[in-house]
Amino acid sequence: MVQISALDALAKSIGSNRIVRGKAITSVVGDPTLNPEDERKFRKRLVQKALEALRTPVEEPTVLA
Amino acid sequence: MTTLRVVHYLNQFFAGIGSEDKADTPPGRREGPTGPGRLLQQSLGDRAQVVTTVYCGDNHVGEKPGAVEDVVGLIGEAQPDIVIAGPAFSAGRYGLACGAVAVRARERLGVAVVTGMHPDNAAAEIYRTKVPIVPTEKTATGMAEALSVMARLALRLAAHEPLGSPRQEGYLPTGHRVFHEAARPATDRAVEMLLRKVRGERYTTEWEVPRYTLVPPAPPLRDPATAKIALVTTGGLVPTGNPDRLESGYATKWLRYSIKGVSELPPERWQSVHGGFDTTLINLDPHRVVPLDVARELEREGAIGSLFDELFTTTGNTSVIPDIRRFAREMTQAFKVAGVEGVILTST
Repeated sequence: MVQISALDALAKSIGSNRIVRGKAITSVVGDPTLNPEDERKFRKRLVQKALEALRTPVEEPTVLA
Repeated sequence: MTTLRVVHYLNQFFAGIGSEDKADTPPGRREGPTGPGRLLQQSLGDRAQVVTTVYCGDNHVGEKPGAVEDVVGLIGEAQPDIVIAGPAFSAGRYGLACGAVAVRARERLGVAVVTGMHPDNAAAEIYRTKVPIVPTEKTATGMAEALSVMARLALRLAAHEPLGSPRQEGYLPTGHRVFHEAARPATDRAVEMLLRKVRGERYTTEWEVPRYTLVPPAPPLRDPATAKIALVTTGGLVPTGNPDRLESGYATKWLRYSIKGVSELPPERWQSVHGGFDTTLINLDPHRVVPLDVARELEREGAIGSLFDELFTTTGNTSVIPDIRRFAREMTQAFKVAGVEGVILTST
């Protein structure tokens, strides 16, 4: 499992093992400052990162860049 | 003053029936106190009388559907004011039975309930938010001390006296917050605590840092392009109108909604009921919390083998850890059944 969370440090401290940092609490996989097309690209990149995290070996709670 | 009626719940061992070979014993009752019930009677003094002992074998109560209801039925026949279960010390099945019997006895009979067990008993984590649990030693060497605290708490509860803090009264923290006015402001108390810490003196925290169980990381997925991937959120996303009444905080459940053949989550159809942050942005575009649109795109492009047909959702706000842990167990079970290999969890 990979967790996308804006509070990546908190996710790490409670022991979530694969973490990708999201944009904001109120918009974790979106960015309302972008136009709809760019926001969708931004979200796609986040999900691609999450998929990459799923195939990455980790030993302990890790925030994957 | 009338004497309060007490029913004491025990397992087969403490009821003197036998040990593991008698763990299938069905529920039964005896008049008056049995075994540790005599010590309990001493602690209760003349304010309350142990009128009945109800017992059940550890395996029977854990395995037979309806066994807890049968136990509570027997307890109800004695018309108690108070039900005391255990203590169970570090015995797992007995602890679970004590917790379940105490919860159901209070629900069905409206009586005061108290149980006791070692804080590391798995049942303590499950039931501490629901019923008063007195922390005990790991073994029956702590019987007298445990029963004395359990008796005192039960008498207080039966008299409808509010309990003080867990530390003052001697029960496990329940996770409930009780507001009160402190004599000195928080800044003064914090500075004093810090100074005590610096000087190496004793100090007592006002807010324990919870200890979380660490889960070993799952091995990596070989290739998401051939795997079935599920989307899960703690962002409280539900169909508009919240037909299944997901809570905005203190969630007691998680929900599953079909997203079979669905590529978009339009704001007319979906909303967040999360009560812990401003949900305006999500309610304008639900993909900001569940990235279904781009996940479908990645599925079409072959980066995701297939997306699981259902969205699992709950509210991660002021959550009670044992409940959340149950959600995780239940979701994992559902994923295993469905052959899901990877999960993308979005949390706010």
